[in-house]
Amino acid sequence: MHAAVVVFPGSNCDRDLAVAFEAAGAKVSKVWHKDTEIPQGVDIIGIPGGFSFGDYLRCGAIAAKSPICGSVAAHAQRGGYVLGICNGFQVLTETGLLPGVLLRNAGLKYICKTVGLKVETSASAYTEGYNAGDTVNIPIAHHDGNYFADDETIARLQGEDRVAFTYTETPNGAKADIAGILSDNRRVLGLMPHPERAADADHGGTDGQALFRALTGALSAPVT
Amino acid sequence: MKARVHVMLKNGVLDPQGEAVRHALGAMGFEGVNGVRQGKVIELDLAEGATEADVTAMCEKLLANTVIESYTVEMG
Repeated sequence: MHAAVVVFPGSNCDRDLAVAFEAAGAKVSKVWHKDTEIPQGVDIIGIPGGFSFGDYLRCGAIAAKSPICGSVAAHAQRGGYVLGICNGFQVLTETGLLPGVLLRNAGLKYICKTVGLKVETSASAYTEGYNAGDTVNIPIAHHDGNYFADDETIARLQGEDRVAFTYTETPNGAKADIAGILSDNRRVLGLMPHPERAADADHGGTDGQALFRALTGALSAPVT
Repeated sequence: MKARVHVMLKNGVLDPQGEAVRHALGAMGFEGVNGVRQGKVIELDLAEGATEADVTAMCEKLLANTVIESYTVEMG
């Protein structure tokens, strides 16, 4: 599997994400936000956490209009895989690749701690290494992780089994406890928690490993 | 030529910052503040010939996220 990790000014989880992909067996290329092309043969694009463009205007809004994002959208529209974590999730909602928006945390505070997540579906290349109903412990680190969409959109996400993860105890006010959602073709995942920070035993947890391993397994398997 | 864009959260979208300001005002003794909504103002310095339609396009594409925000444009 070949993964591309996009780097914006202010990204700060790009290296961690690259390391997690590599540990799962992927080849990784980093791509700068001013690039206009994703390297040939890339299976998945990772949009990392951080504070792209200083969170100016709205989190992810300026990154979503950067030159590389046209190629990210084209990759997704061709059926390519895109994983957006934390600020990456915010970028994906701003590009319109995922519905809804991430608002300021209901308690107004930046929250950095490990939280419990319930795996809502195992039916995706990202979550097939888990069982639906599993609880996993993954860190969060965000100021704007309060997922919001209108009731109709929330009902559609739930009805189409597109909620990937929910919080066991919502830390940020997210509607329907939503921590991560899938696109309608289930190939784009955005989530606020950081599985790449729980992918190495030395980091105090390995519950995120299954996500990267499942991806590598799914995307490296011969096409049938 | 100047344009001024006001961006506000839509009704029904919780505004925790506005709520925090409302609480602070109450704690300071300002009574009778029933609600506070916090938005932003963006001033644009435009080349001659720019139209309101241009600014509206800017709002739709970047300045506002119409999932949660509404905007108004003042020209001149």
